[in-house]
Amino acid sequence: MPKLIKDRAIAVDRWTLLKDATGSEVLTAIPGKNLIVPLRFWKDYAIELESYAGDIGIWLDSDETISEIGDALAEFPLIALNFPVFADGRSFSNARELRERFAYEGEIRAIGDVLRDQLYYMSRCGFNAFSLRHDQDPDSCIAAFDDFTTGYQATVAEPIPLFRRR
Amino acid sequence: MYRYDGYDHQMLSDRVAQFRHQTDRFLAGKLSDAEFLPLRLQNGLYVQRLAPMIRIAIPYGMLSSRQLRKLAFIARHFDKGYAHLTTRQNIQYNWPQLEDVPDLLAQLAEVEMHAIQTSGNCIRNTTTDQFAGVAVDELEDSRTYCEIIRQWSTFHPEFAYLPRKFKIAVCGTVIDQAATQVHDIGIYIVPGPAGETGFRILAGGGLGRTPVIGQEIFKFVEKPQLLTALEAILRVYNREGRRDNKYKARIKILIRETGVDLFREKVHEEWQRIKDSALILTDVEIARCKAFFEDPAYAELIDKPEALTKPLAQDVLFSSWHQQNVRPHKRPGYAIVTVCMKETGVAPGDVTDQQLEHIAELAERYSFGEVRISHQQNIILADVRQEQLAALYCELKSQALESANLGLLTDIICCPGGDFCVLGNAKSIPIAESIQRKFRDHDELTDIGEANINISGCMNACGHHHVGNIGILGVDKKGEEFYQISLGGSSKNVASLGKIMGPAFAQQEIPAVIDKIIKVYKSNREADEKFIDTYKRIGMAPFKETVYAKAD
Repeated sequence: MPKLIKDRAIAVDRWTLLKDATGSEVLTAIPGKNLIVPLRFWKDYAIELESYAGDIGIWLDSDETISEIGDALAEFPLIALNFPVFADGRSFSNARELRERFAYEGEIRAIGDVLRDQLYYMSRCGFNAFSLRHDQDPDSCIAAFDDFTTGYQATVAEPIPLFRRR
Repeated sequence: MYRYDGYDHQMLSDRVAQFRHQTDRFLAGKLSDAEFLPLRLQNGLYVQRLAPMIRIAIPYGMLSSRQLRKLAFIARHFDKGYAHLTTRQNIQYNWPQLEDVPDLLAQLAEVEMHAIQTSGNCIRNTTTDQFAGVAVDELEDSRTYCEIIRQWSTFHPEFAYLPRKFKIAVCGTVIDQAATQVHDIGIYIVPGPAGETGFRILAGGGLGRTPVIGQEIFKFVEKPQLLTALEAILRVYNREGRRDNKYKARIKILIRETGVDLFREKVHEEWQRIKDSALILTDVEIARCKAFFEDPAYAELIDKPEALTKPLAQDVLFSSWHQQNVRPHKRPGYAIVTVCMKETGVAPGDVTDQQLEHIAELAERYSFGEVRISHQQNIILADVRQEQLAALYCELKSQALESANLGLLTDIICCPGGDFCVLGNAKSIPIAESIQRKFRDHDELTDIGEANINISGCMNACGHHHVGNIGILGVDKKGEEFYQISLGGSSKNVASLGKIMGPAFAQQEIPAVIDKIIKVYKSNREADEKFIDTYKRIGMAPFKETVYAKAD
C-alpha cells in the first residue's frame, strides 16, 4: 500500500485509486469505497457514479486539463494529479490552476512517480497530499517541506510574492 | 551591483544544505542515477568525459573583485588552476570531484554566488548586453529587469521540470549585443506609446539542432506586467511543449507546430487571467532593484585627455589595442575595456587563477571593483578612465591579457568541444587554435575587420555557429571528425542564420578554407564594407566557387 503524507503528516489513506479506465462493473465489484476515478471513467459513467455508495474523487493525468472537469469541480472532495514520471512537470501547472484560477479548496493529491526531492515544489504549487512511491522514506519526505525557509514566488500558503513583502 | 539581503542569503544556504543532502544520498546509493540527474543538473553539475563539470552562474555577467578572487580560489583548490568562460555569461570548471561539489557551492555562497539552474530543464541564467549601464546607445539599464527575472525564475516551483531548457535574454540598447533573438524568450526594452519604456517580448528563438529567430508575442508590455507576461508564456509552454522527444521539446518547436498566431492567442488568454494578480511588479520593487545598478561615483572628466592621446601617438601596439578593444562610454573621459580571452594557443574563454586574481586587482584599481563577462567569452572592465588606459594596458600585458583582437577573425567563440564535453562529436578548441595560427598578423586582421567565427563541436550549438559570420560545426562521419562551414550568420539586430556552404572538411583543411573565404571577401568588398555585408550583397556563390574549385 502506498504511503500517504497529508498536510505534512503521515496519514491513513481512506481512498482507493482506480488506476486504469475499466467498465462500470468495477463499481459493483468494490462497493462502498471512496474512489478516485480517472477523468475518462467519470465522463463515461456519470450516472452509475451518482448511485455509488461512497465518496468520489477524480484524477487527471499530466496531459489532461482542469477545464475538462468544468463546473463539477467543487463536487470533488479530492482531485489527484498524476506524475507519470517525476520529470514530467505538467501537473505543477494544473495544481496551481486548481488553487488560483478555480479557487479549489479540497485535497490536491500527487500520485504516480512522487519522490522526496519534488515535494517542496509540489507543496508550493498547491498540493497538500502526496501518495509516495513505494520506496520513499516518509520521514525523510516530511523533512523535505522544510528544505527551504522561504522562496521568491507567491504560493498557496503565502499568496504575496517576496518582492511585495521585503 | 545587486547585493543579497537576508532572504537571498537564507535561500542560498538552504540550497547548499539541500544539495549536500542529495549528494550524500546519491553516494550512499539511496538515489538512483536517473533521479539524481535533474537535481545535479539544476545545480550546474554535469558528468563529463574526464570528470564532472560544474557550471557557475554569473547573473547577467556581473562580477565583483571579491567574487573573481573566489573563482580563482576555486580554480586552484577544486580544479587544475583554471576556469572556462562560457558562451552564456557563465563560468565552468572541468575537474571538480563530485563529493567536493557541496563544499565548492558553500564557498561560492560566501560571495553570493551559486550554480542554481545553470543546467537542466528549467529557466537558466538570464543574460544581457555586457555593456549594460555604460553603453552610449542605451534606453535603460537592462540589469534591473535581469535581476527581477532572476529572482522570479529562481526555484520557481511550477517551472522546475519544463519540457526542456529555457533561456531568457534582455536587451536595453539600440544595437543588440545580447543575441536576444535567438533565445527562448528575448526581451527588448522599448519606448511605449506614452513615452514610458516597457518591453517587447519575443519567444521561440534558439540555436541547437533547429535554429530559429524569435517571434513577437507581446508588442508592448508595461513594466509592472513583465513577470505576468513571462509567467503566461512559461505556463503555456510547460503545459503544451512536447515531452515525447527531447529534440522537439524546445518552445521554438511548440510555436512552429502550434502556429505563432494561435500560440500568441493562448498566451494572451492565460495572461488575461493573471495580469491583475499579486505578480504585478510594484514601483517600489522596480526602484529597489534599480538602485543596485546606479552609476558609481564618476569623476568629471574630459574625453581624449593628453594622458591618452600621447601614448596613442607613440605606441603602435597600445594604439591598435585601443582601436580594437576599447569602446566609447556614456560618460565623458571614461572608456569600456574588453580584455579579450582569445590568446592564440589558449582555449577560447579559458582563464587561469592568476589571471582571475590579476583582473580582480585591476578592476579594483581601474574600474570600481567590478567586471562583466560577455557571451563572446571575454571579460570587460566597464568604467576605466581614459587617462589610465595606457597604464592599464601595461598591466594587462604583464599577464598576457593584451590580445588586441576583439571582434576580429581570431576572437573566436568556441565551445569546449570533444576534448571535454560528452556531447561533442568533434573537437573545437584545436580548430580555433589552427585558425588563430593562420592569421597571426595584426595588420592583416584589422584589414579584414569585423568578422566573427563561431565553432560548435556538435549540433547542440553551444558555440552558436548558426549566428557566426563564419560558422563551423563539428560532425561525425563514420567515426572521423569533419567540419561543416556556414556563412552569413549574425546575432545582431538584423539577426540571420548562416547557410551551409557545402560538403564538410577535414580538420587540417580548415585554416586554408577560412583563408580562401577571407580572400573572396577581400577581393569583393566595397569601401569599408564588413564581411557580413559583403556576403549579403554577393551571396554564397562566389565563396562556394572558390572554396570548392578543383586544383589545376
